[in-house]
Amino acid sequence: MLQDKDRIFTNIYGLHDKSLKGAMKRGHWSGTAGFIKKGREWVIEQTKASGLRGRGGAGFPTGLKWSFMPKEVTDRPHYLVINADESEPGTCKDRDIMRHDPHTLIEGCLLAGFAMQAHACYIYVRGEYMREREALEAAINECYDAGLLGKNNKNGWDYDIYVHHGAGAYICGEETALLESLEGKKGQPRLKPPFPANMGLYGCPTTVNNVESVAVVPTILRRGPDWFASMGRENNRGTKLFCISGHVERPCTVEEEMSIPFRELIDKHCGGVRGGYDNLLAVIPGGSSVRCVPGEQIIDTPMDFDSLSALKSGLGTAAVIVMDKSTDIIRAIARLSAFYKHESCGQCTPCREGTGWMMRVMDRMVEGRAEKREIDMLFEVTKQIEGHTICALGDAAAWPVQGLITHFRPVIEARIDSYTYRSDKDGAVLEAAE
Amino acid sequence: MSVRRLAEDQVQPDSFKYTRENASWAKKKLKDYPKGRQASAVIPLLMRAQEQDGWVTKAAIEHVAKMLDMPLIRVLEVATFYTQFQLAPVGKRAHIQVCGTTPCMLRGAGDIMDVCKKRIAPAPFELSEDGNLSWEEVECQGACVNAPMVMIFKDSYEDLTPERMEEIIDAFDAGKGEGVPVGPQIDRVFSAPIGGLTSLTEAPGKRAANGNARKAAKPAAAKKAAPAKKSAVKKPVAKGNIGARAAALAGAGTVKAATKKTAVKKAPAKKAAAKVNAADKGRPVAMKKPKAPDDLKLISGVGPKLEGVLNGLGIYKFEQVAKWKKAEREWVDGYLKFKGRIDRDDWVKQAKALAKGGEAEYIKVFGKKPR
Repeated sequence: MLQDKDRIFTNIYGLHDKSLKGAMKRGHWSGTAGFIKKGREWVIEQTKASGLRGRGGAGFPTGLKWSFMPKEVTDRPHYLVINADESEPGTCKDRDIMRHDPHTLIEGCLLAGFAMQAHACYIYVRGEYMREREALEAAINECYDAGLLGKNNKNGWDYDIYVHHGAGAYICGEETALLESLEGKKGQPRLKPPFPANMGLYGCPTTVNNVESVAVVPTILRRGPDWFASMGRENNRGTKLFCISGHVERPCTVEEEMSIPFRELIDKHCGGVRGGYDNLLAVIPGGSSVRCVPGEQIIDTPMDFDSLSALKSGLGTAAVIVMDKSTDIIRAIARLSAFYKHESCGQCTPCREGTGWMMRVMDRMVEGRAEKREIDMLFEVTKQIEGHTICALGDAAAWPVQGLITHFRPVIEARIDSYTYRSDKDGAVLEAAE
Repeated sequence: MSVRRLAEDQVQPDSFKYTRENASWAKKKLKDYPKGRQASAVIPLLMRAQEQDGWVTKAAIEHVAKMLDMPLIRVLEVATFYTQFQLAPVGKRAHIQVCGTTPCMLRGAGDIMDVCKKRIAPAPFELSEDGNLSWEEVECQGACVNAPMVMIFKDSYEDLTPERMEEIIDAFDAGKGEGVPVGPQIDRVFSAPIGGLTSLTEAPGKRAANGNARKAAKPAAAKKAAPAKKSAVKKPVAKGNIGARAAALAGAGTVKAATKKTAVKKAPAKKAAAKVNAADKGRPVAMKKPKAPDDLKLISGVGPKLEGVLNGLGIYKFEQVAKWKKAEREWVDGYLKFKGRIDRDDWVKQAKALAKGGEAEYIKVFGKKPR
């Protein structure tokens, strides 16, 4: 069990003073200038040694990502862009960081920016988080006033942080779409390569990091990579903010050790599943974009990247959506199909047309107004979307449906049977027309 | 993707102009981006126009295009691509955005939408008869642990029930939207679990400072066009839940007990002491220092430092500790920030034994020497 002393986000619920003074009392912004004196190689090495994997969903090692940036700054400046476009259904961790513990993020931005020799950082906050943005801006202004940011600041690395925002497009959480949006265009993902580390924002070397990945870095540097690596399983180190929503007694956001078993997570922080574990139907363990897992498979699984991908699902953003047996699982997944149809940017045909097609078929499946062969057809179509688009939204739209068909095919078939049965019974005329 | 078009010409106003305040804000915003990259500001500028007028008009789009030196079609693209831009007028007093994505759906967003359909208009984006209200279903708003929720302009209203939704609609309909407390509508602190904290129960760092976190979260922002929402800073009405939240904000973490209770309990340890002294319920009765005070350190769990603190509370004898009821134990526990140690170490039982027959009795009861 993770103890309070090992928690990084000590004010995640906003119970304490969140001003700069309060944050400093909790230990943030301490020794920052010293880390910068040790040099960028040191910062990257320490981050690599901690085993930190990106917290935005893909789980790419953060230190490694930073080392992809060009070693020398040429005529093109380097940029750090923070992805605070948190729109994955089920996820609401960055919201709490920004509104209650913003200094973890700001200090992290400075250190991460230093590690990649950037002097400017843009934080792209989703448009709906208006109060969160205001809180973050207020915190940044405090840092400027205290001389922690800006030119010739106390930390010894000239640095500016700008807050930018989106306007309600899920796709802008994809890093290249985010860059497009930040440049004032429609958020349509770019083809890679060139990767952002070579050609990112305004054509300059850029690294895009999730809020949580960057916000944990200062604490890692302060307490040492060994401390961070002492938590969680091999290859899945550290602590993680989990957002547990859906059918648990007490949904909440909580920072826990990586690899905590699902049952322990739910029992300790959420008061258990509504109606007990026998009532657990399925869990979406990492935000809407991963496949759902039947309850009995996940109960004793450690919540981390590797063990969840072994279940053909994923940790994603650690947004755990719990569904009990009262859930109409087909409707729940159909709603996600509607979400992806709404959020597809329209650039690649398989996704633009496929998401709409899947939504319409799923809507019929909810009623049972379908044929059983269409289940296979639907599965086949998801396979045609997956991997055939520029960005991962096509995959993300396909996986929930695949998860449903893999694990709950009998439910879909029963729904179709009952619809057919009803139509025979009440009204369908079986005699041939004259 | 969704097909979105500009509103019909009849409703489009002839011209658009930023207010003076917004114009100077826009000028400043442009400085955030490198020279020649002013197009980056298109989303913030359009959003500010929407905040000013309630929706994005054609005139505003043209104005922004000119301001940023962008081709009109590029700004039109942006305005139609991003779904947060309202391209037609919405309710003047409230445009209720109900989150309908799966996590909210699982917790009853459908019922919330039924209320909106009944109270406002059967179809999304349709204005209510007096034009004051409208609603729409939106995709995930990122408050999934507080589902179901709605956004009204800049604020979110979370942990809703259909009844509470009706009350909120009533309030906004009557132009009293500011009176509705924002955030969770039940007794709950933001995204913490209902009923009390399960983590972060220890005070962080050296000392938890009392923060008025809520206020800091809402600095005065740009003026809104909507008459009901002139100011972004709201005065929370003293409703039950907001009171509880305020109390929780004043105190630090808590264990087990409801946040409200603990915050009050702990308060004497903090600066707020004077204010909440009336709520000193459970504080053990003090006594003057007797000639022969007991050695409280014999109680396992009490060291020299704690003994001093207890003496400071006027506690010197085992008998006093032995008489503690639940209320006293909880009060002292909160005072010492002890997280239930008193019960876990069972001070009362120890004190009883020590009071009855000193060390000998203690050995008899516990089978070991005290300390």
